[in-house]
Amino acid sequence: MSTITLEDIIKPENLVYKKTELLTDNVMSYCPGCGHGTAHRITMEVIEEFDLEEKTIGIAPVGCSVLAYEFMNIDMIQAAHGRAPAVATGIKRVYPNKIVFSYQGDGDLAAIGTAETIHACNRGERIVIIFINNGIYGMTGGQMAPTTLPGMISSTSPYGRVVESMGNPLKITELVAQLPGTYFVTRQAVHTPAAVRRTKRAIKKAFENQLTNKPGLSFVEIVSNCNSGWKMTPVDSNIWMEENMFPYYPLGDIKVDGELVKQK
Amino acid sequence: MPLCVLTGLLLFTEQKFNNKVKKDMGELRLMKGNEALAEAAIRAGVDAYFGYPITPQSEVIEYLMAEKPEERTGMVVLQAESELAAINMVYGAAGAGKKVMTSSSSPGVSLKQEGLSYIAGAELPCVYANVVRGGPGLGTIQPSQADYFQSVKGGGHGDYKQIVLAPASVQEMADFVKLGFELAFQYRIAVLILSDGVIGQMMEKVELFEQMPRMSDDEIAEKYPWAVTGKKKGAERTIITSLDLDSRKMEEHNHHLQRKYAEIIDKEVRYELIQCDDAEYIIVAYGSSARIAQKTIQLAREKGIKVGLLRLITLFPFPNVQIQELCKRGIKGWLAVEMSAGQMVEDVMLAVNGNGKVAHYGRYGGIVHTPEEVLQALEEKIIGE
Amino acid sequence: MVDEQKCKGCGVCVPACPFAVIELSEEVNGKGYHFAYMHYPEGCTGCMNCAIVCPDGVITVYRTKV
Repeated sequence: MSTITLEDIIKPENLVYKKTELLTDNVMSYCPGCGHGTAHRITMEVIEEFDLEEKTIGIAPVGCSVLAYEFMNIDMIQAAHGRAPAVATGIKRVYPNKIVFSYQGDGDLAAIGTAETIHACNRGERIVIIFINNGIYGMTGGQMAPTTLPGMISSTSPYGRVVESMGNPLKITELVAQLPGTYFVTRQAVHTPAAVRRTKRAIKKAFENQLTNKPGLSFVEIVSNCNSGWKMTPVDSNIWMEENMFPYYPLGDIKVDGELVKQK
Repeated sequence: MPLCVLTGLLLFTEQKFNNKVKKDMGELRLMKGNEALAEAAIRAGVDAYFGYPITPQSEVIEYLMAEKPEERTGMVVLQAESELAAINMVYGAAGAGKKVMTSSSSPGVSLKQEGLSYIAGAELPCVYANVVRGGPGLGTIQPSQADYFQSVKGGGHGDYKQIVLAPASVQEMADFVKLGFELAFQYRIAVLILSDGVIGQMMEKVELFEQMPRMSDDEIAEKYPWAVTGKKKGAERTIITSLDLDSRKMEEHNHHLQRKYAEIIDKEVRYELIQCDDAEYIIVAYGSSARIAQKTIQLAREKGIKVGLLRLITLFPFPNVQIQELCKRGIKGWLAVEMSAGQMVEDVMLAVNGNGKVAHYGRYGGIVHTPEEVLQALEEKIIGE
Repeated sequence: MVDEQKCKGCGVCVPACPFAVIELSEEVNGKGYHFAYMHYPEGCTGCMNCAIVCPDGVITVYRTKV
């Protein structure tokens, strides 16, 4: 058997995977190991695979991904904090044939933007919402979020989240699944190759729903790590997420094709 | 409403229509100010209206819903969950190059300030109306003109301006929608139609302009390359944002905005001078205060007082140059009449710059002043002493 | 193939590889990160796990039949 060197293999005809063209060349400003980068990449891969770049408009939030438009190579509009579902509504209502999606964090979607989130879901706006839930406010320095777990330490809960005074973590995804206006609601993750593949399938389903004009909103939550906010290494934060976040925010489809999935 | 105010209004209407001789008149209707605004929106080819009920302007969205404009022109009408959501829907659709509108009244407009600042920073065109009511806080549902500062000086954060048009009749409520969108798209700026509870609720004859066609998606993408409509393959993506973490770029952007506002100040001032040719004193007013002041002028002239009216049509830009010229001609005193504790009067003072006496008169908190009260104030504060 | 200058050394690719091919290097790149590299290239089957899980998309995968 002749030895094959790396140079032999690294040839254009042998290419099986490279970063999509729908991500710009800008180095992403996210912390090393952050799930945002992966989520951006698979979303853009889906848009590329469905050949939607010419009719897609994305809405960037306020939060760590405020600069999403620097990395996503499609037409994008910046929304005020929490207002992305309203901005998306404005665009989708006047351009029903375009593909419109918002990309939001937990503060954006479940704190300041709760009304906009619930009402866009309630009206059944035919858009996709991608919701990155890392249980903390990353961009502003690690404060408590509505989805922060009980006992979890953050810069505004330095002794741990106290449920009596600060409330329970808000499971907004389960809430919106109850509304008849949502068509597809799922919760996924992007910390292992298998999880990434499942999430990409979910995002594909969400965009397919919009392409085929299904009656209702597609809501994809991605539970992510925040190694900086949680003060851990990336690999440790993924393990911590598996052990602590997933029991509270279980992964899986919650609503498919307008019907709630029977929970075991 | 007091009889004298009604008389004042009727008088004004009579004068206006006697002076106009038109050969072909457009469709004539008797309508409420709010309804005229709504009908004009449909005729101006507006693509969408996002609104929320609040007295005294709920008729705008009610009329639009009843008219079913999606059948007339394909226009979208949506009741949002709040005024805050409505202005953000406007921001989205405007960012995509469409003609969009919203309307509200004072407390609701306060909610919109964040969105308006974003619209200014991202340079998006839109038209919105504020049918002002008494305040502050929840206030009353009666008319007021106490939102001048919020409208003209910028109610939201940052260095920005919006064009402010002040209708004084139901006719202008309709006409300013068309004018508003022309200006909005020419300058990529928000245009505010600053009405009040009197103009919004009163009924007058209005001549409605012809239906204008709505622009198609392709026309918009071609005419407004700054709008997000979907990136063409191989082309640069379009981004609508008001964020720039590089402060040097942000300063340059602000310079650009200021240059734009300077051009607007230079070119877009609008006002009306009534009986000012031989005047020694001038009343400055806008909206329903201008209608009332017209009666005051008639009463004053009967007493031999030579007073004229400067009716402001644009509040931003303010007619500084015109006021300075009038000062040079020898106007002795200026009475700013507005239903507030004194907001527009400050701009009059700045323009007069010490070259004449300036005073304010106005009832507020929802009370409307009478022509006699205004005359008395003119005599006491400006002419007297 | 790892874009060593863009890699942030987060290390998420390391447990993702079923064959322990990829490791974080002792050296650092221009930004001071210990970038990932193919420590055991012979074991790579081109399964793409590392590339799929990389938050910054710095990994490109080539595969050929042996």
